[in-house]
Amino acid sequence: MTDNSRTSATAAVGGRIVEVPAAQENFKADTAVLRTMRKLRLPLKLRNRELTLLLFACAINSVAILLVQLGALGTIDLDLIYLGAGLSALVLGLHVCLRYVAPQADPLLLPIATVLNGLGVAMIYRIDLATGASGWSAASTRQITWSAIAILAAIAIIVLIKNHRVLFRYTYLFGAFAFVLLLLPLVPGIGREVSGARVWVGIGDLVSFQPGEIAKIALAIFFAGYLVRTRDSLSMVGRKFLWMQFPRLRDLGPIIVVWALSMAIIVFQHDMGTALLFFGLFTVMLYVSTGRLSWILIGFGLFGAGAYFASQTLTYVHGRFQNWLDAFSTQVYDAQGGSYQLVQGIFGLAHGGLIGTGLGQGRPHLTPLSQSDYIMASLGEELGLAGLFAILGLYLLFVSRGLRIGFRGQDDFGKLLAVGLAFTIALQVFIMVGGVTRVIPLTGLTTPFLAAGGSSLVANWIIVALLLRVSDSIRTGPIQEVSS
Amino acid sequence: MNRELKRVSVLVLVMFFALFGSTTVIQAVQADALRLDPRNTRALYDSYDTERGPVLAGSTVIAQSVPTGDQYVFQRQYPLGEMYAPVTGYFSPNQGSAGIEQYMNDYLSGTSNSQFLDTINRIVAGQAPKGAAVEVTIDPAVQQAAFDALGDRQGAVVAIEPSTGRILAMVSTPTYDPNVLASHDSKSVISAFSALEADPLDPLSNRASSGNMNPPGSSFKVVVAAAAVESGKYTAESTFPNPVSLQLPNSSATVYNWNRLACGPGETVTLAEAIRQSCNVPLAELGMQLGDDAIRETAEKFGFNSRMTLPTPAGVSVYPKNLDDAQTGLTAFGQYEVRATPLQMALVSAGIANGGTVMEPTLVDRVTGRNLEVLKSFEPKVRNDAVSSETAASVTSMMLDSVSTGQSNGARIEGVDVAGKTGTAQNGEDEPYSLWFTGFAPASNPEVAVAVVVENDGNLGRHSSGNIVAAPIAKKVLEAVLNK
Repeated sequence: MTDNSRTSATAAVGGRIVEVPAAQENFKADTAVLRTMRKLRLPLKLRNRELTLLLFACAINSVAILLVQLGALGTIDLDLIYLGAGLSALVLGLHVCLRYVAPQADPLLLPIATVLNGLGVAMIYRIDLATGASGWSAASTRQITWSAIAILAAIAIIVLIKNHRVLFRYTYLFGAFAFVLLLLPLVPGIGREVSGARVWVGIGDLVSFQPGEIAKIALAIFFAGYLVRTRDSLSMVGRKFLWMQFPRLRDLGPIIVVWALSMAIIVFQHDMGTALLFFGLFTVMLYVSTGRLSWILIGFGLFGAGAYFASQTLTYVHGRFQNWLDAFSTQVYDAQGGSYQLVQGIFGLAHGGLIGTGLGQGRPHLTPLSQSDYIMASLGEELGLAGLFAILGLYLLFVSRGLRIGFRGQDDFGKLLAVGLAFTIALQVFIMVGGVTRVIPLTGLTTPFLAAGGSSLVANWIIVALLLRVSDSIRTGPIQEVSS
Repeated sequence: MNRELKRVSVLVLVMFFALFGSTTVIQAVQADALRLDPRNTRALYDSYDTERGPVLAGSTVIAQSVPTGDQYVFQRQYPLGEMYAPVTGYFSPNQGSAGIEQYMNDYLSGTSNSQFLDTINRIVAGQAPKGAAVEVTIDPAVQQAAFDALGDRQGAVVAIEPSTGRILAMVSTPTYDPNVLASHDSKSVISAFSALEADPLDPLSNRASSGNMNPPGSSFKVVVAAAAVESGKYTAESTFPNPVSLQLPNSSATVYNWNRLACGPGETVTLAEAIRQSCNVPLAELGMQLGDDAIRETAEKFGFNSRMTLPTPAGVSVYPKNLDDAQTGLTAFGQYEVRATPLQMALVSAGIANGGTVMEPTLVDRVTGRNLEVLKSFEPKVRNDAVSSETAASVTSMMLDSVSTGQSNGARIEGVDVAGKTGTAQNGEDEPYSLWFTGFAPASNPEVAVAVVVENDGNLGRHSSGNIVAAPIAKKVLEAVLNK
């Protein structure tokens, strides 16, 4: 470490620097003191990097909102800027918390989540301007409020959970919790059906929530804990067939249960996206923990068979497939529940072209659900292919930081959990953006951080908090000390 | 575990590359095709945002866009709608367009190639989109005189500057109010349009440049005289037998002069005298001697049987093909299947006035951009050298006599040499006459050529003639030019 970085490091710590030179003078050979010094230096480097990026992210978000106002209104409305500044303050609060409770956490996760969340707010606000929504009926106001709640939830988790291994203890509790959450929308009275999918719960008209979003985190924890406990039997035993080791029939139990759960979601809740997300998550975690490629094959086979069967028997699944394969035919386009939305989204993307129309200057509101399911089409229209590439790049970077935690992790539970959480983000982005751009049939999930929706925001910020927590434990471990 | 993680990372990368690919395909590869899809309303809405450029006649605004509060942003307004309808046409954002509005749409809407740089500049400077101004060649005073002179008659007037081909007046009656068709209420536009279409007087048709074509009658004798002199076999003094009537060969048809008398007292009559008195018998004899090919050749040099774009497309005036002697005889005084627009007959006079050179007729002077820079200007262009200047001079002197002392004296102006020829064309037994005048003034230095057609006997019944009805209208138009 150079003198230069030391100066900058000491400057930022404030009061504590006084002790360091004193300790150096008196106990030069004492490794415990050296370790303390490193602990003081390293987090500063990471957290300072995070702070720089975070300020940059907040600047991008403010500029985005200003551009939306200039583009769509021609004037600047300070109210929203104040609200945005409030969010920036909360994110900076999270950053300050990290300095104390998780000083070695990954420095990229928070800025990326911040800029994605901010761009989402800007685009939702832009569509509110076009549709004339204001106050509490405006999705942007609610999105900002939910963002605040989500960031506060992330702060709470990072402060309360000092060590992610605590979660390992409650593996089965999280499993049961996820199961209950998933069943909630089916409970009469509080279950809600929105555009055909029964995935919401609500009390009165006030609060409505998609428990599936929180369930995916509980499931990731459950899967990680369960697989760490049982993976030996799942990977060691089995019989060789062709070139792969296939599991014993009784070890197929877990995957069959998760598969059945996914199919139940498709049949009873009409939610293909969530089913695909859960099943994909489980299969990948199973593969990572056991190293058996056969699991992937079994998983794909089961889900493929289930999806094919559903597309043949369930009309809504069949319709989704038809909208995907034959979106531009007049018949499908004009049909009730047809490809109109999808094609409008694609028209929006095409309208944006390479560089986009500029924020506030396109017509994303012509696409139905332009604030939620089609938020990527809206962003693609106004920011262009260039903007979408940047956003996809941010997601990729976010996911790769998560996977990096998996690579570097010390404990298998933490590794598996980080991989699971990162993969949910990747899979969700793939399912949504792939659905909007006709790579796969469109299903109703949320685009992480961007789409309007409180449950999704809270869930994704909790993922950020958990990833930060796990990453902190890696850096404080012995190997990191030596290597850095 | 890390080997599996690597594979999962590759899977994530593949998923994201699929998204990079799908967005590229939509936003770059297919973007242009998607923009042209008729179901894509974004391009349409963009066109509403553009303040369509005005159409100007001199300093008179004849079409402009005024802001409205509705989704179309601007509405087209025609301050002198009925008088200029044959020029401007109309523009409705959702029900089509006509006239200059249709054929100069690229410039007016700001989408022409020459405005590409302007569009870039505009985006950089943040200006609102605005189309270019189209300046037409119409002289408001001449247009007004022609419109007033035509009054409530059913007909049309075209005035052309002989040396340039610029159209100074283009009036067609009965006319319509384009403001009605520019309404944003689709239903009212459609009902107004159907009412105009159902009107037996067909106000939507532009009788000046296309419309229901009329036989030119005796006004066509100018073309035949020009063909005769140009052939070198005839002069103004060439003589023809002077019977009261002429039985056409192999035909039951008998040709009489308009007054059922011989053309003057002599046994023979000169070409000049036959033109002056507008006699049919000598012209039929001349036509049969000359042959239809010679007449057609000259007629086509003046513009018959060919398309013209002003840039609005003009109707094709017809001199028929494959004629026998009897039919040729009838065409020599503008009957049988000869059909002409006033534009065509004005072009004949303009060609004679311009020493035999027919200039390309045009309705547009230039197109100017936002900063009054000239985007396109229409320079005078020779269409055809129809006849020699000697021939033109000879025909001019015949036309001068016709106005000063002959059957076209209704167009006589004190102190001005007016050259001209009337026509009273039959449309069949008991059908009303089509009344014509075509000519130019002053003969020594022609400033304007004019053609007038009045249909339906000019509402005067059988006593009407081109000299009684059409010549005075032409006179008013000539005066309007010369008195400036």
